[in-house]
Amino acid sequence: MTLPAAEGILRAVSVLSLFGLQSGVWSPSQLNRHVRQVIESDYRLGDLWLAGEVANLSHPASGHLYFSVRDPEAAVRCVMWRPDVGRLARLPRDGEAVEAHGHLSVYEAGGQYQLYADQIRYAGEGDLYQEYLRLKGALEADGLFDPVRKRALPKWPRRIGVVSSPTGAALRDVVNVLGRRYPLAELILSPAQVQGEAAPAAIVEALRAINQYGRPDVILLVRGGGSMEDLWAFNTEAVVRAVVASAAPVVTGIGHETDVNLADFAADRQAPTPSAAAEVATPERADLAGELIQSRQRLARAWMQRRATLLSEVAEQRAALELVSPQARIANARQRSDELARRVVAAIHHGLALRQAALRGVIQTLGAVGPETVLARGYAVVRRLADGEVVRSIGQLTAGDSLGVRVSDGSFGARVEGN
Amino acid sequence: MPKPKHVDQLRFEEAFEQLATLVAQLESGEQPLEESLALFERGQALAAHCSRLLEQAELKLRQLVPDESGDYAESDLELEAD
Repeated sequence: MTLPAAEGILRAVSVLSLFGLQSGVWSPSQLNRHVRQVIESDYRLGDLWLAGEVANLSHPASGHLYFSVRDPEAAVRCVMWRPDVGRLARLPRDGEAVEAHGHLSVYEAGGQYQLYADQIRYAGEGDLYQEYLRLKGALEADGLFDPVRKRALPKWPRRIGVVSSPTGAALRDVVNVLGRRYPLAELILSPAQVQGEAAPAAIVEALRAINQYGRPDVILLVRGGGSMEDLWAFNTEAVVRAVVASAAPVVTGIGHETDVNLADFAADRQAPTPSAAAEVATPERADLAGELIQSRQRLARAWMQRRATLLSEVAEQRAALELVSPQARIANARQRSDELARRVVAAIHHGLALRQAALRGVIQTLGAVGPETVLARGYAVVRRLADGEVVRSIGQLTAGDSLGVRVSDGSFGARVEGN
Repeated sequence: MPKPKHVDQLRFEEAFEQLATLVAQLESGEQPLEESLALFERGQALAAHCSRLLEQAELKLRQLVPDESGDYAESDLELEAD
């Protein structure tokens, strides 16, 4: 042994200590915990972006998201807990190019090292988003998103144009909602490819065609959810301008709740999903049925009231009529004439009494100046019997004339003897 | 006033709006008896007509199909059942 003793001892100790830790007998728990600590002690693994293609995506009921990110040669397992999943604009899809952010650690129970992801960004998103913002600003400056441009939707749409994929879930959703909600309408599909490079031109043409040939009262421009690239057609200038140019008002229902596309800004009304677009554009059958019931009740009540009012008016009129009827007048007149008659009789009686009194006066006067009084004083009235002439002068008499002499208590005859 | 259309010929929305107008008219209560009765009877017919349309309605599905000349024609749309 050529090594100095001290050196040899040190070396032996070092080798021994290494063996004590690394070549001894480990339990899986010990080993996994150790590997986890080793990994976690590397700060570069505590905050990293992993770029690659999504594979083996699984999203069980727990709400957590399990997937791998791989390149042609290798794969790294990833997990994302539910709260982080909830913050994603959308879920990634198998085969999609992504960048996942998180920290590396070990799932000790399985001995599996994996990326604990807290954020996912989709490849190209940054570029697309920049383009989106640029175009949005330009179109906004052109006044295409001006609220005053927006038209009211018809209350009773008869013909509802739908611009969408003929095979997509969006059309099916719209058909279901309209069938349940407002089946009085007619749906006219103007089919269009809504994804891929040809989509913008197809949507523009479908909008033109439905306006020209479909006579729609309102148009639903709808598409199911997808990535920002999937929805890109609805963020192109051509589609935005076609929405603005549409003769019929346009309701958009594009993607999921969180997606806002430029076509949404241009639309007369924006709804978060295809189903919501169909709801916004139509009245609800159940509401209509309810309103009908109310109308019926109001109608019946109004009629009953009207009838009651009219009946009481009739009763009043009848009472009023009786007041002015000829019968009443006759009764009045009869009463009046009775009274008049009574008054006439009374007046007559009164007159008679007066006259009787006057008569009595006259009689008294007559009595005072009349012949009876004179006769009673001893005068006599002498008449010629031959002609009844009252004798006032002797010249009227000839001897032998027969005379009638009236005194106060009777008459007697006499004869002229001569003068 | 032109003679009102027969109730059965009215579209749902026409009948529905006529009904609303008519109820308001009757509620204002300014018509003579005979006219009130006529309003009431027409209202009942309108309501029945609306209910019938609502119950019987079935969404019509149509689609635009391009023809050779670049125009479009309308035809029935069939959706495959799920």
